[in-house]
Amino acid sequence: MFDFVSFIPRAVMQGMPLLYGSTGETLTEKSGNLNLGIPGTMYVGAISGVIGAFFYENAVPADVALNPAIAIAVTLLSSLLGSLLMGLIYSFLTVSLRANQNVTGLALTTFGVGLGDFFGGSLIKLTGSDMAYMSLNRTSNIFRTTLPFASSTGWFGKIFLSYGFLAYLGVVVALVAAYVLRHTRVGLHLRAVGENPNTADAAGINVNRYKYVATCVGSMIAGLGGLYYVMDYANGIWSNGAFGDRGWLSIALVIFTIWRPNIGVFASILFGGLYILHMYIPTGMNLAIKEIYKMAPYVVTIIVLVVTSMRSKRENQPPAHLGLSYFREER
Amino acid sequence: MSKAKGEPFIRISSRSALPWYMAWLIRGLSVLAALIVGSVVTVLVTGENPLSLYVTMFEGSFSTARRTWLLVQNIAILLGVSLAVTPAFKMRFWNVGGEGQMLAGCLASAACMICLAGRLPNWLIIALMFLTSMLAGGIWGFVPAYFKAKWGTNETLFTLMMNYIATQLVAFFIIIWEVPKGAGQIGIINAQTEIGWLPVVGPSKYFLNILIVAVICVFMYFYLNYTKHGYEISVVGESERTARYVGIKVDRIVMRTMLLSGALCGLTGMLLVGGTDHTLTTSITASRGFTAVMVSWLAKFNPVWMILTSFLIVFLQRGANEVATTFGLNQSFSDILTGIILFFIIGSEFFIRYTVNVHIGRSRKEAAGRV
Repeated sequence: MFDFVSFIPRAVMQGMPLLYGSTGETLTEKSGNLNLGIPGTMYVGAISGVIGAFFYENAVPADVALNPAIAIAVTLLSSLLGSLLMGLIYSFLTVSLRANQNVTGLALTTFGVGLGDFFGGSLIKLTGSDMAYMSLNRTSNIFRTTLPFASSTGWFGKIFLSYGFLAYLGVVVALVAAYVLRHTRVGLHLRAVGENPNTADAAGINVNRYKYVATCVGSMIAGLGGLYYVMDYANGIWSNGAFGDRGWLSIALVIFTIWRPNIGVFASILFGGLYILHMYIPTGMNLAIKEIYKMAPYVVTIIVLVVTSMRSKRENQPPAHLGLSYFREER
Repeated sequence: MSKAKGEPFIRISSRSALPWYMAWLIRGLSVLAALIVGSVVTVLVTGENPLSLYVTMFEGSFSTARRTWLLVQNIAILLGVSLAVTPAFKMRFWNVGGEGQMLAGCLASAACMICLAGRLPNWLIIALMFLTSMLAGGIWGFVPAYFKAKWGTNETLFTLMMNYIATQLVAFFIIIWEVPKGAGQIGIINAQTEIGWLPVVGPSKYFLNILIVAVICVFMYFYLNYTKHGYEISVVGESERTARYVGIKVDRIVMRTMLLSGALCGLTGMLLVGGTDHTLTTSITASRGFTAVMVSWLAKFNPVWMILTSFLIVFLQRGANEVATTFGLNQSFSDILTGIILFFIIGSEFFIRYTVNVHIGRSRKEAAGRV
């Protein structure tokens, strides 16, 4: 029998970084910016949080308990600041300097992944700390604190209540983003900017400001996905390359959800499930076939991409101006 | 005149074409600025003397003959992929799937080396490697192009996904072919018999690869600038509507160009497997498919300039690696430096395309009068 009670929580925990990443990228793409720097941004979000937590943990003696509020605040703020900077670099280059978005995004990912792996690998050495390896389990334990009655409510608690606060925050952020996009004036303006910046500009919307804000907020949300991964999923242990291709998977998820963060809540869990499905399908000695199962999220994404383009329903299409810079003079 | 308040201090306007030496002067200055920022960052992190850093960087590429060969080999492979993705970019088809197309070529040639060893004569196997790797890469490029041409499916996202399918496919075959069983890796293929290894020509085992890429470079230069195909590609890239109007079948051009683009990526992958590495791993391409996007774009899709830009990128990466080793830093430090330099070059394009006029002290009335 397929073990749902252990499968679903793991799928959710796999899905949360993707949910943050895809919510952030959806906001960004709705403004017409295709930010391929999201994988790098998620790395930076993670490592900045790690750096913040590292300094706080080092400042507090090992036998004194951390103050949960300060630990969370320091880690969250440094994570948000790091990914905000990444968003600013991207917006400055693509919006103010009108650089090519694909090239900028890829450069940003190179930079961000390098930054993450560099500081993750040498933070201890650089600061001359006496930690054996990059393990922040004191901070991580605070992040992983679950609701008090999670363990006493059986399977229900395991499936719904057994996560750290960042997981619930991810769902809330996604739902809020979906609401803002669909039901508010700000969301309408943002979509107008992504669909047709000329028209938006003519209607008096400040195109550049919307692009900046959407990209920066999107980057900060995506960065939290990295933070969730390292603080909650990985128990505060940073190891280079462990984050893997989750950033790209988040971009895939944006397509899969046809640019709707509220669908992302379920889709991310589905993707998380697909990501770990190979561990739950009995394959016996045939290890190779597991590698084929790992293809599933990408294949599914391609199918969605193709089907939405074939059906060509207007509300399911990518923003019309996605990937293009806007310059008033060049209409 | 309520708008007068919003009169910007900075006015940006398109430049008419800048003479090429001015454009390259700006690019050169941006690299210089990037090196300065890079050294400031390095000094902040390591506390070393910035000048010794750049000496170390230079040594990383040129201190021994072997290192120089390795540098040129890396340039050749990166240039190969960059040339391969260029025709697609020129028609504004954002192929970020060079990685996957390359891996498909690697996989095809490794398959020939492993499965056909001993059954066919060596020359035939090598010929088949050329053929199948180009075919595999071509298919990998053709699939997204087909959907783009028929239904307008977003090619950036499609080609991106194809990368990971290729990676997983390679991972699958690595386990099938692993030596010994359970090792999780293939190791050097045909280490004794050297079946399917490209012959060593000239002074180094890297020489043949370099030669082949040089041929591709010349071919691409003529293909893009002096053939009907090249002309059609640039028309489609400039304006798809114009292309339709003059009777160019855009769908066919897109599919044909991506077939070529993918095939050349596959061929470059084959050079890596058959020519130098003689093995297959999921990371054999070392993100060159992504780096190629930047190399090609930085050179403005010009095959000759691409030699320079791929040299720049490879030199920086190898130099930064050397810095990392010498000063005991993590290898990823090179990615940070590469990123910084790329940001500067990307940003410098703005100053080539636009002029910036700063208005200071202009009175409100005067500003309003201009509108």
